[in-house]
Amino acid sequence: MNSIKRFFTDRESLAPALVTLFAGLFSLLAGIVLIFIVSKNPVQSVRNFLLAPFLRSYNFYYLLIVMVPITFTGLALCIVYQLRYMSLIVDASFYTGAVVATALGTLISLPSGVHPAVAMIAAGIVGGLIGLLPAILKIRWRANELVSSLMLNYVFYFLGSFVILYYLRDRSQTILSSLPFKKTFLLPRLVANTQLHVGFLIAAGFVVLVSIFLYRTRWGYEIRLTGANPRFAMYAGIPVTSVILYAHFISGFLGGVGGAVEMSGLYRAFIWQMNPSYAWDGVIVAMLARRNPKFVPLSALFFAYLRVGADFMSRRGDVAFEFITLLQGLIILILASDRIVNYFRERQLRKQLLKNSRRESR
Amino acid sequence: MIHFIAGVVTSANYWFIVLRSTAPILLVTLGAVITAQAGIMNMALEGSMLWAALTGVIVSAATQNVWIGLLAGIGASVLVALVLGLFALKLHANPVLSGVALNLVATGGTVFVLFSLTGDKGISSSLASKVLPSLSIPVVKDIPWIGKVVSGQNIVVYIAAVSVVVIDLILRRFAIGRRIRATGENVEAARAAGINPVRIKFFTLIISGILAGFAGCFLSMGYTSNFTSGIAAGRGYVANAAQVVAGGTAVGSIFAAMLFGLTDAMATYLQNIGLMPELIQALPYAVTILGFVVVTFVRDRREAERKRKLFAGTAMQKEKADAA
Repeated sequence: MNSIKRFFTDRESLAPALVTLFAGLFSLLAGIVLIFIVSKNPVQSVRNFLLAPFLRSYNFYYLLIVMVPITFTGLALCIVYQLRYMSLIVDASFYTGAVVATALGTLISLPSGVHPAVAMIAAGIVGGLIGLLPAILKIRWRANELVSSLMLNYVFYFLGSFVILYYLRDRSQTILSSLPFKKTFLLPRLVANTQLHVGFLIAAGFVVLVSIFLYRTRWGYEIRLTGANPRFAMYAGIPVTSVILYAHFISGFLGGVGGAVEMSGLYRAFIWQMNPSYAWDGVIVAMLARRNPKFVPLSALFFAYLRVGADFMSRRGDVAFEFITLLQGLIILILASDRIVNYFRERQLRKQLLKNSRRESR
Repeated sequence: MIHFIAGVVTSANYWFIVLRSTAPILLVTLGAVITAQAGIMNMALEGSMLWAALTGVIVSAATQNVWIGLLAGIGASVLVALVLGLFALKLHANPVLSGVALNLVATGGTVFVLFSLTGDKGISSSLASKVLPSLSIPVVKDIPWIGKVVSGQNIVVYIAAVSVVVIDLILRRFAIGRRIRATGENVEAARAAGINPVRIKFFTLIISGILAGFAGCFLSMGYTSNFTSGIAAGRGYVANAAQVVAGGTAVGSIFAAMLFGLTDAMATYLQNIGLMPELIQALPYAVTILGFVVVTFVRDRREAERKRKLFAGTAMQKEKADAA
């Protein structure tokens, strides 16, 4: 509660908060304008877009389900962004995590409860190791981490779909699908007769864990300090290289676990025909949360709301779902612009000065 | 296996495909090189290509003139580069992040526009778009092996070759090249020397937009004859890796782009004999990373060596001065 109060009274954080709000509203507005341009029945489409979660209870639960993967990728990217790194490797971690979980979910037998947990940990470790790669390339060979991570994302995507196709495929199915998961692998439902699964609680748990980790432990402090000023951190005796490495491992770990949770919670077999690329959603979630894990649920909720709205609208009308990706890009553009942040900050400062000078003249 | 690869590598058809798949990468790599020389990373090349590919198809279908389509495609591509300039240079946004954002806008936006126009999300086959012509070169086409490789390529392949010369001239022979490199080296020094860095950066962005426009139009109106969603397939990102491999020169870009082209063409071949397409599709990207890492490693090594010598030299001079 205290932090919420501080959030709204702290002058320093109010300007970015306003920008965040502005980016959110602007993207909604841009979405509505776009719908009016292309839709034959714009009013209906806008209604479906904005009110989807409240029109059908199915949509409401769907909103909560969508929050799960983007919370994981959002948390993962919060850690990377705390370091001021740009690596997007969490996409590969997430996808490969899902593949690893599929392998463990179909091939081995374990008691229920233990089975998904083992799969998540294994997926997390694999995801973490993948997450290390761009960091190593950057530290050892100064290769730009964004470029190398995007390349690696392609490599791991093809590798993953290779494993599914050649080792785990259910040949009795006509469409591409892995063998069905063992019953013990599936996570229990949270609410009967909906798809809402225990993964939602796991994601919530990780939000708390990562918040504590980043803001209440030594390791988290080292990450934040290294990100804020690597040279200072080095002179302060922080082992910068290993900080960067474990931060990337943890980030990848979160991605891998996210992939595993998605598999065991939502599906009965691996049926992704292409990479869902939740990492891009994670970019927005982390940016809207301003790298602070504690705000991730809020921004994940907002983004899931956009996604569900776009999905519902596209299924009931003539507007393509991809328009969500368009909005995504617009939000990042706004959030990335220093000038826009500064505009709000300056305006605030001017008001403050004006108030002060009036007080003085009185 | 080795026998098969040896057979492929000596066939004229393989090299024909190599040139064909190298051309678009070469064009965007040149674009990445010229902007990087000015000190701005054009991450939006992917988006530029996507918009160019789609615009080219739509306009050529509407006007039934492939050249107007090409022009419109290039226009769209340049527009993306200018928007990147607007955000990165005028609004002081992080250039990499805004580039990535523009790519997202392009990935979603092209599909969105395609669907709104045709009702199809995947492919533009319902649009009667035109294809850029192939050229056969008079004398060269009669040379036995070389003629089969070099002649009969799409016009954009030749444009890519010409672009190498043009970019090389711009960077190394013209006065603007010196200004570009000065801006990339040290913005403050460039400004002190009376150069307007923002204008220089915008100039390089426009050039890279034109190059990416050719590449994008080639993909949808030459390499294939349709726009398909995500047609750029990460080539814009590959270009930014290849740019490093190229070492900031136009001629280096040929080798960097060839690296991708060779593996890409080989992947096409190996796929044909039924050799696990998924793994092979990953090859070009993996090889690009490898090249990227090796080149940065070697360059850093050389740089360190140079610095060491430099310092050793000055130290020696100092010693001499002290002794005297």
